[in-house]
Amino acid sequence: MSATLPVTLTVNGETLTRLVEPRETLADLLRRDLGLTGTHTGCEMGVCGACLVMLDGLPVHACLTFAVQAAGTEIATVEGLTESTVIADLQRAFHERNALQCGFCTPGMLIAAQGLLARLPLPSRAEIRDALSGNYCRCTGYEAIVDAIETVARRRAAGETAPAFAEEPA
Amino acid sequence: MNAPLGSLDRPNSYIGRAVTRPNAKRLLAGRGRYVTDLVLPRMLHAAFLRSPYAHARIVSIDVEAARAMPGVRLVATGADLARLCTPWVGTLDHFKGMKSAPQLPLPVEEVLWSGQAVVAVVADSRAQAEDAAEAVLVEFEELPPVADIDTAREPDAARAAAGIEDNLCFRSRLDTGGIDALFAGAAHVVEEEFHFGRHTAVTLEPRAILADWDASEGKLTVHHATQTPYQFQDLYSRHYGISEASVRVIAPDLGGSFGMKLHVYHEDMAVVGLSLLCRRPVKYVADRMESFVSDIHARDHRVRARMAVDDDGTILAMDVDDVTAIGAFSTYPRTSAVEGNQVIRLMGAPYRFRNYRAELSVVFQNKVQTSQYRAVGHPVACAVTERLVDLAAARAGLDPAAMRERNLIPDDAYPCSSPTGYQFEALSHQASLVRLKALMDYDALRAEQAALRARGIHRGIGIASFVEISNPSPAFYGIGGARISAQDGATLSVTPSGEVRCLISVTEQGQGTETIIGQIVADQFGVAREKVRVITGDTEITPHGGATWACRGAGIGGETALQAARRLRDNVLALAATILQARPGDLDLRDGIVVDALSGAERVSLAEVARIAYFRSDTLPPDARAQLSITHHYAPQGYPFAFTNGIQGCHVELDADTGLVKVLKHWVVEDCGRIINPLLVDEQVRGGVVQGLGAAFFEECRYDDNGQLTNGSLADYLVPMACEMPDIVVGHIETPTADTALGAKGCGEAGTAAASAAALNAVNDAMAPLGASIAQIPMTPERLLKSLGKI
Repeated sequence: MSATLPVTLTVNGETLTRLVEPRETLADLLRRDLGLTGTHTGCEMGVCGACLVMLDGLPVHACLTFAVQAAGTEIATVEGLTESTVIADLQRAFHERNALQCGFCTPGMLIAAQGLLARLPLPSRAEIRDALSGNYCRCTGYEAIVDAIETVARRRAAGETAPAFAEEPA
Repeated sequence: MNAPLGSLDRPNSYIGRAVTRPNAKRLLAGRGRYVTDLVLPRMLHAAFLRSPYAHARIVSIDVEAARAMPGVRLVATGADLARLCTPWVGTLDHFKGMKSAPQLPLPVEEVLWSGQAVVAVVADSRAQAEDAAEAVLVEFEELPPVADIDTAREPDAARAAAGIEDNLCFRSRLDTGGIDALFAGAAHVVEEEFHFGRHTAVTLEPRAILADWDASEGKLTVHHATQTPYQFQDLYSRHYGISEASVRVIAPDLGGSFGMKLHVYHEDMAVVGLSLLCRRPVKYVADRMESFVSDIHARDHRVRARMAVDDDGTILAMDVDDVTAIGAFSTYPRTSAVEGNQVIRLMGAPYRFRNYRAELSVVFQNKVQTSQYRAVGHPVACAVTERLVDLAAARAGLDPAAMRERNLIPDDAYPCSSPTGYQFEALSHQASLVRLKALMDYDALRAEQAALRARGIHRGIGIASFVEISNPSPAFYGIGGARISAQDGATLSVTPSGEVRCLISVTEQGQGTETIIGQIVADQFGVAREKVRVITGDTEITPHGGATWACRGAGIGGETALQAARRLRDNVLALAATILQARPGDLDLRDGIVVDALSGAERVSLAEVARIAYFRSDTLPPDARAQLSITHHYAPQGYPFAFTNGIQGCHVELDADTGLVKVLKHWVVEDCGRIINPLLVDEQVRGGVVQGLGAAFFEECRYDDNGQLTNGSLADYLVPMACEMPDIVVGHIETPTADTALGAKGCGEAGTAAASAAALNAVNDAMAPLGASIAQIPMTPERLLKSLGKI
């Protein structure tokens, strides 16, 4: 309802400037203005975790971050993390273990998992479950997600690297 | 080809194999295309002004200020949309005496629940539409809300809606006779009053719809986050007077549904009308607050039930009174009476007893409508039955497992029927119980429980047998007059390169429909799975069919795919025989190659057959039948439903000082017949269990006396999260249905059907030494502390 403001930030490695309303969230900017629809909104109050993105390397809720607050930051979304293959091993493990059904929570889960493994490389199952306590999934019952993250933690600890996820056949 | 289904040692043997889902990869890469994500040229956005009252008369509506707001294209009232859309009534003919008030997209005179959409605003952006909705002035005259299920049924009670003569939507009675005498003469009678809270689906993607009326062509395209595109094609066509062939409904990626997204919602019907009025695409996505006050709710039953038991613990009879409150009208087109109907018909279903009486009352009130949500009625029937079985076991001095061993229908007793009229083809209750006890190490768990009790640690073990309805025939909706198909259709084509396209009417919500259909087609046709592309969810492309609900996708959709694949294979072999001057019966198709059936010697590739058929038909004899596309429909035959069964175990630890319960572990043994993909079945079961545990411990739509929902946000309405949920062990018994070649039954609702019952029994088992019990879910800490006499 008020004048737009210019915001400059880096999204998936590309620095760009957009005019945004003060009330516009980072999730709005990503989804609506940049077409990065892999970031989802499920509650718009920071409870469900569907909107998680990496902001300067840490998971944040894009629904609780105003677009103007993201000025000068580096944002990575699921699309960018896919292209850079940073989460390829997580994506593969989720796929192998069927750790997703409808897929709506999945980008947020991947980012939460990546954030967890960055600060705690070999978490216990209880620690994984605790780290996912802000990510709601209605489909899976969580166990397969916990399994997949546990598998990746072990593989990373063993020094395994994964090729780009999408290049492999089903 | 002639190897038995499920045999995994031949080429393309995919039925029974745990393979990953090809379509999950795009979701993992953030490339899902949900309705929420869709943008069309010149697209507008709708927002709704909602009623602040549970029950009120609309005195006046002033939209002038809203119309003048920036970006506003249209402000529409109930009267505006009533001129375009015919009303609907949520009844089914086979529910005798059922009644419900007519409904319109937006109300004209009366609002019936708090949160009901009243006025629609269409603007260039959603934010502008919401801003303008705040500027709409509606004067309401508050009316008394109907909330209590008993006062609602009194003769002089205020009515929940003006269009109904009283608040009883539907009543049903079942009685095998002589019940009072049986109870009077029984050695033991146990009874309980159960309360099941309202809860709701809370799909992570809320409801979403994008309607696009193209006036130049007279064509309506609706991108709709739904399980049932064909049902909505029919409804949009009939209620808006657009020819069926000019209505296209597309259901792309869907962020969860669980039965919630197959009902008619007022906003969704309104959005179609708004697009007609604006002649532009109009999109509406419910926000989370709107979801809580407008998505269907479910359950909300009060059940008074008793069970008569013989001296030796043999169950003699059950007597049940179920009262359920459904909102101010019955949901369209599947009604709000199916859940209660299934509650009273599923009671006691796993057990041998033959004497049964039940009364069902479905009551109107001024809250959000209730209707079918995952495992419709099953959790209520299962929890009541299984809790009474545990109470009866205690009275008869039997361990709960021994009580079930004595009373479950024997595995060699089939076919047989339930006292409520359900026909069971073949179930495996006894084998399932044996497997469950082994998986749980039941006796050791009991010993550990006793040892821990001596140390003041209160652990509980609960088990619950269940029966699940799947593969419904037209007996479900068709006979009631609803245009909801029980059959499915598939079109299979061989492409010029020798690949396969399968267009099928069952739909995908992430459970893996497209994957299992691809497995079945590849397996039965004889090609590598990668060569089959499955396409679903578009009424303009796929044949008409029932789609996905009531656990029918694998059993009915799968059989459709199987039969279609066999027919297409016959066509290919007939054409190959013509090309090769051989007999079709001497040939087989394996891994994309036509081979000599006996020797396996390669004769000609499928790609070559296709090349000749499409590009060199001049080389074929004039009578050659090059039919490389077929359309095939399959409707369930034989039993009206394919029942499945299983049993669950739950292990909990109760903190008697805080009322907090930790679910330590959960086990499921289920029998869904032929398993097409064990990986997907197990995850369906686990997801279902967690929904059941959510109902058992957390989920409840709480209302105050004025009919206001007091916890309508994801911060206030508790859903199960990863840190609260246990690991879940899943085991299987396979009893294929003989009604189909595939033999598959449903598995999607098994987890939800009995998880809350097992949890209820486990918590009661933990509390038993403390002299407390509970018969209400969710079992919140507050309720448990009250049961324990701590508060």
